[in-house]
Amino acid sequence: MNIFSMFSRRTSAPVARERLQILLAHERGGTTCNADLIALLQKEVLAAIAKHIDVDPDKVQIKMERRDEVSLLEIDVEIPTPSPKGGKPQDKTAPEIRTTSRVASQRAGRAA
Amino acid sequence: MAEVMVVTSGKGGVGKTTSTAALGAALAQTGQTVAVVDFDVGLRNLDLIMGAERRVVYDLINVANGEARLHQALIRDKRIETLYLLPASQTRDKDALTEEGVKRVIGELRERFDWIICDSPAGIERGATLAMKYADLAVVIANPEVSSVRDSDRIIGLLDAKTEKAESGQRMEKHLLLTRYDAARAGRGEMLSVEDVLEILSIPLLGIIPESEEVLRASNVGSPVTLNNAASAPARAYMDAARRLCGEDVAMSIPMHRKGFLDRLFGRRAA
Ligand SMILES: Nc1ncnc2c1ncn2[C@@H]1O[C@H](COP(=O)(O)OP(=O)(O)OP(=O)(O)O)[C@@H](O)[C@H]1O
Ligand SMILES: [Mg+2]
Repeated sequence: MNIFSMFSRRTSAPVARERLQILLAHERGGTTCNADLIALLQKEVLAAIAKHIDVDPDKVQIKMERRDEVSLLEIDVEIPTPSPKGGKPQDKTAPEIRTTSRVASQRAGRAA
Repeated sequence: MAEVMVVTSGKGGVGKTTSTAALGAALAQTGQTVAVVDFDVGLRNLDLIMGAERRVVYDLINVANGEARLHQALIRDKRIETLYLLPASQTRDKDALTEEGVKRVIGELRERFDWIICDSPAGIERGATLAMKYADLAVVIANPEVSSVRDSDRIIGLLDAKTEKAESGQRMEKHLLLTRYDAARAGRGEMLSVEDVLEILSIPLLGIIPESEEVLRASNVGSPVTLNNAASAPARAYMDAARRLCGEDVAMSIPMHRKGFLDRLFGRRAA
């Protein structure tokens, strides 16, 4: 708790400042964490998995969380439960492979 | 059945993005599923106003061009689970968006959501016409001042000519949302009154959103004003507007300014 949080109802500007600093550092950095890089990572990760299992591209979730020092890229891949011999395909309670990559963000200025 | 609603104005900076976020959150709070879609390619801001700017991976153009699936680009709101954002691209130029691509994305959104709210860019160029193209209804945002009202009139003309609905001979449903309404200045005759604007534009009034510092405060922290301070005057006005969109009959009151000491002392009147 600091002196500012006592007035946090009234002072929202510091929050705005912090959010903008993080956002702009990422946007100016340009090359990391943009859609092209993420698309490439997604493609290669999925290709590696697909060598071993069939992956339905509709069952792949990609999430991003940009943070101050690092960004978190999550690739969730749903893999169908193999049907038991002779039986009907089981229900869709599939295990998940979760690939979480920490992508160092290119932060200009401000060191850790 | 899904409703595709464009939030548009012609003039810039009148409150389209603020209204898209506020109405989207208000509708989603009733349990309906809502997607807010940013059409402001190259100058996206809806992600910031919704507080989702750090979570953008893919965008409208990626989906429209088949580079990503819709469900991969949709960002689920952290506060309301029926609310989703489809961001705009920040890096590509707006010519990357095609009519066919937008049509397909809107079609896919229709299958998943009760409301699809398209935040239009300012102007009357490609971005604005694409945002309205496949809409079922429009919310026209105007501020009570001459240039905004004139531009709204222009946009109403486009809604009646350039949308798929208009082109197929149907009537485009249009509603006026008067934003940044300053009751004190309207009372002193310094700003166009609600009646003036309604008489000029002659489309039904969806709501009057007062000028309020709560809007800036909500944008600072990345929360639609209807969520950030639900009891505030602009939040309540947006919630009433959302109920009217759902067909409820909600009484409309024109914000009045109670004359203060100085007003009475000087009996201020404007030209
Ligand atoms: N009711 C209000 N009271 C006070 N400020 C407001 C209100 N509505 C909007 N604003 C402010 O007006 C500015 C423009 O709002 P907003 O970004 O929503 O407009 P816009 O129409 O989306 O703009 P653009 O045309 O650039 O996309 C913002 O700074 C916002 O905080
Ligand atoms: Mg905007």
